[in-house]
Amino acid sequence: MKNRSLSFWLFLTPTLVALALVVFIPAIMGVFYSFTNWDGLGYTEMLGFKNYITLFHNSGFLAALWFTVRFVIVTVILLNVIGLALALLVTQKFKGSNLLRTIFFMPNLIGGLILGFIWQFIFTQAFTAIGKALHIAGLSGWLTDAKTGFWGLVIVTVWQMSGYIMIIYIAYLQNIPSEVIEAAEMDGASPWQRFVHITFPMIAPAFTICMFLTLSNGFKIYDQNLSLTNGGPYKSTEMLAMNIVNTAYSENNFALAEAKALIFFLIVAAISMLQVYYNRKREVDL
Amino acid sequence: MKKTSRIFLGILGILLGLVWLFPFYMILTNSFKTPKGIFASVLGLPTTATTANYKNSFKALDFMNSLGHSLLITVVSVVIIVFFSSMAAYALQRNKSKLSGALLMLFVSAMLIPFQTVMIPLTANFGHVHMLNMWGLMLMYLGFDASLSIFLYQGTMSSIPIAMDESAELEGANRFQIFFKIIFPMLTPITVTVGILNIISIWNDYLLPSLVLPQTQYTIPLQMFFFFGQYTKQWHLALAGLTLSIIPVILFYAFAQRYIIKGVTDGAVK
Repeated sequence: MKNRSLSFWLFLTPTLVALALVVFIPAIMGVFYSFTNWDGLGYTEMLGFKNYITLFHNSGFLAALWFTVRFVIVTVILLNVIGLALALLVTQKFKGSNLLRTIFFMPNLIGGLILGFIWQFIFTQAFTAIGKALHIAGLSGWLTDAKTGFWGLVIVTVWQMSGYIMIIYIAYLQNIPSEVIEAAEMDGASPWQRFVHITFPMIAPAFTICMFLTLSNGFKIYDQNLSLTNGGPYKSTEMLAMNIVNTAYSENNFALAEAKALIFFLIVAAISMLQVYYNRKREVDL
Repeated sequence: MKKTSRIFLGILGILLGLVWLFPFYMILTNSFKTPKGIFASVLGLPTTATTANYKNSFKALDFMNSLGHSLLITVVSVVIIVFFSSMAAYALQRNKSKLSGALLMLFVSAMLIPFQTVMIPLTANFGHVHMLNMWGLMLMYLGFDASLSIFLYQGTMSSIPIAMDESAELEGANRFQIFFKIIFPMLTPITVTVGILNIISIWNDYLLPSLVLPQTQYTIPLQMFFFFGQYTKQWHLALAGLTLSIIPVILFYAFAQRYIIKGVTDGAVK
């Protein structure tokens, strides 16, 4: 199939056109609009870097960024620890381990919006009931302040995504040759030693992938945020993605929202690439 | 493994499984209670089960309508994505030139751009040409999801020998015949993966449809969002609605479980 052949272009045109219309043209326009006072319809002025200066001062962006960074740090650690632990559990041979995989993975198939609503009920109703029964005051009034709202979001995300991280770790755990494990057992290595010196190094590529997924996904979370706390109370649980959507569609400040979205893109791209770079280096060193 | 440690693992597994299922237990049991029943005991089983909640929320959700829109949008979008991205991957993989290398890079780089970065100009542009409806949405899904799909297709295609194409060409087949009669059928396993990944993400999508669809074309997540807003304090109805919205997903999972787990693993690992 040559470049100049008609069929080459016939095969490519539909996807190329869609990609251009949906991703590249809007992205280029977005960069341009971020330097203007665009209101979604048109613009009257070039503002230069004014939107970019504004977003770092008093526009909720920094608060959302800080909330998101803390959220990402906590969820990346929890998801990888719990995801790997679940993978190790269900790859042992015992009755029902297949059923457990199915159960742990199930929340992933249900959309983030629905999951947030389900947990809203649990935090506000079930937690209150359990707290009353056990006389634990801390279980009442979840989602009413920034602190419990933060942990609410963490719990929903961990419940949803650890089954997904689990199946990636399973894929790599199953690739470890059983002779290696058996040889270590013969040499008298304890289960912990086997894990630290054999299993963990051998699943380094899985770790790279899971770190990448949990990191980039954590920054982009929107649906769960919307349905669980809707950023409240007083925007104290508003994450980056929601801050951008609200700036655009609630405050009608389209140019500022676009500037925020571009900073958002740079942050996510830079962190994801750095992470992959360092983990790949670690894989090679082993 | 020793027998005692196997029993210990089994018990640990059961406990964790129950923790994971707890949210489903909560919404299912409470969706059959009256408001009074929920107030009296959130954690217990319903004392007098009622199906009225389901009848009412089925109506209020306009469930058959939103289910129909969800199905139509998901099926058509996924068919378009599978069809066009496999064709594009074929063109790029079978033509080793600088241009196709650059085009592949272009598709891959599109995956790095978060949705929020393009959503505002995108919806403004589509608004100008009156494409803020489900047909516009399907085109958008092709644009957003083609990258990953092409990436997956072209990786698999490299393992199909080019001799297949050449011998078909000698027999007088044209490019379309070669692709659809010989290559595409050989790609079935990866087509299942591409299909499943796209079905899950499109079925559950909220933000993009909320910016694109008119109220007459609402999908389940959109309908759920507005339904929930209306019935914030009426948990018995809200929970029945939530349970209804989950049923199609659970059915899909029950029937296609093996393919789903495999598809999701392949999609993430490749």
